[in-house]
Amino acid sequence: MMSQFLNTYFSNVIKIQDEVLESFIETIYMVLLTAVIAGILGIFLGIILVVTGPKGILVNKRIYNFLDQFINIFRSIPFIIMMTLIVPFTRLVVGTSIGTSAAIIPLIVGTTPFFARQIQNALLEVDPGVIEAAEAMGSSPLEIIFRVYLKEGLTPIIRVSSLTIINLIGLTAMAGAIGGGGLGNLAIARGYNRFQSDVTLVATLLILLIVFISQALGNYLVKKTSH
Amino acid sequence: MITLKDIGVTFGSANAPIKAVEEVSLSVDKGDVYGIVGYSGAGKSTLVRTINLLQRPTSGKVVVAGQDMLALKPSELRAARKKIGMIFQHFNLMDSRTVAGNIAYPLRKSGLSKADIQQKVADLLELVGLSDKINAFPSQLSGGQKQRVAIARALANDPDVLLCDEATSALDPKTTLSILSLLKELNERLSLTIVIITHEMQVVKEICNKVAVMENGHVVEDGNLVSIFTQPKERITKEFINTATHVDQALEKILSHPTLLNLQGDDTLANISYVGSNTSEPLIATLSSQFHVSTNILYGNVEILQETPVGNLLVILSGEPAQKQKALSYLASKNVAVDILTSQSEKVIQFRQKQKIS
Repeated sequence: MMSQFLNTYFSNVIKIQDEVLESFIETIYMVLLTAVIAGILGIFLGIILVVTGPKGILVNKRIYNFLDQFINIFRSIPFIIMMTLIVPFTRLVVGTSIGTSAAIIPLIVGTTPFFARQIQNALLEVDPGVIEAAEAMGSSPLEIIFRVYLKEGLTPIIRVSSLTIINLIGLTAMAGAIGGGGLGNLAIARGYNRFQSDVTLVATLLILLIVFISQALGNYLVKKTSH
Repeated sequence: MITLKDIGVTFGSANAPIKAVEEVSLSVDKGDVYGIVGYSGAGKSTLVRTINLLQRPTSGKVVVAGQDMLALKPSELRAARKKIGMIFQHFNLMDSRTVAGNIAYPLRKSGLSKADIQQKVADLLELVGLSDKINAFPSQLSGGQKQRVAIARALANDPDVLLCDEATSALDPKTTLSILSLLKELNERLSLTIVIITHEMQVVKEICNKVAVMENGHVVEDGNLVSIFTQPKERITKEFINTATHVDQALEKILSHPTLLNLQGDDTLANISYVGSNTSEPLIATLSSQFHVSTNILYGNVEILQETPVGNLLVILSGEPAQKQKALSYLASKNVAVDILTSQSEKVIQFRQKQKIS
């Protein structure tokens, strides 16, 4: 009964089960690897923005202005254009511009500025009075970053991280459009180009599943860390 | 303990400078509870921040515990700050840490072992009377409890000085008194030097032994509490004192009901103020028995400042003009200040005459 239903309405999916699974894993791989690398870079840049920015603990107009403009420019380039724009750079780093590993480079370049800005906003939510108190207690800038900003700002950091990951999942689908692999690629190469709309539907459902899990995990952690 | 010399703080650009603090010099001795009072915008918060260099002064010299603060390297400054505790109007506790975590925060790298830190946190909590809240988060505490935690945290590194920036301004009157009595106790028990910034003269009156009054970035008057309270020179000082003693309010209230005042043409409306031992002499009785001047008391108030009683009486003196003159000089000989309120009494008499005519 069940297999009959699947064979009728999801015939194409059934035929390429392995490919669907592979695409799913590719998407997860792209999301996770990008999240880790862009996460570290974004937090680093976000912290620099906050501490060198106006009223920061290490005010530095030149660094702040440079970084601020840099991020604005990179955030303004549409992702699909940026992917093609940085192909030479991708080739230089990965050796090829096609495939899942090659997609990681544009994904990192596309996600880091966005995440850095999100982290900046998250850290600016930390009460300036608490930062002042830490300074008054003789904390060093590094101590203030690690023991105050990152700890007091943990809840908003988790919130913007889950937002960024959901955003990133969208980007991986787009990376699929130019041969990046993953569920996006599957939906376009199979579902769209070969009129196998059941493949598109399943790819969509799987992407939604990843989004929902990320969102739920984010909400759970936000709840757990806020006092 | 703390010496500020010719402190100036200027904000803004070179062509539109805002002088928040100008030419301020003051010195705080060990064991003082030094009040700096002024309206908001007077520059008092900026001034207190120059003591631990949260605000670097544009000019002047800051010496705390013998150290020239402006000459210190960053790491030396951080070490010096550990010996200068600070508490704030909005407590500034870390919401992500428990009460114990907040108090232990400044103790990292202090050379204490984990067990020592735990012991110290427990001792500090006992000192501020919050031992039962050790594992609570700040969001679970009331304002007064939060300030107690903040005080414990400020004391963690055994500072010589405690700076209080409007520390009671966000608290209700009863909680304010309990925090002030805790500060007083710490001042006495630990011989802690305390600098208090406030816009409430009540706070100063309660615990300070010295006070400086600030206006527009300047210290307009400073000195020990009793002399400032009894012999204020500047207008703003008088204003602040009146907010604490309520004499002005009382006078205004009485004068707004002139019909209640049985003020005759030759009566004298006066404000009598006296300090210290005079309070124990039966002055009013003497006026009556010796000079046959009768005294009608409209309002009275006694404050105890630094164990010294300071009294204020709003009175109507009536009697023979010559006898009244003698009475006044008798009061002067007893070091009782008499402020004759001529203009106010004229207003009342005029009002009464108008009423009679109509």
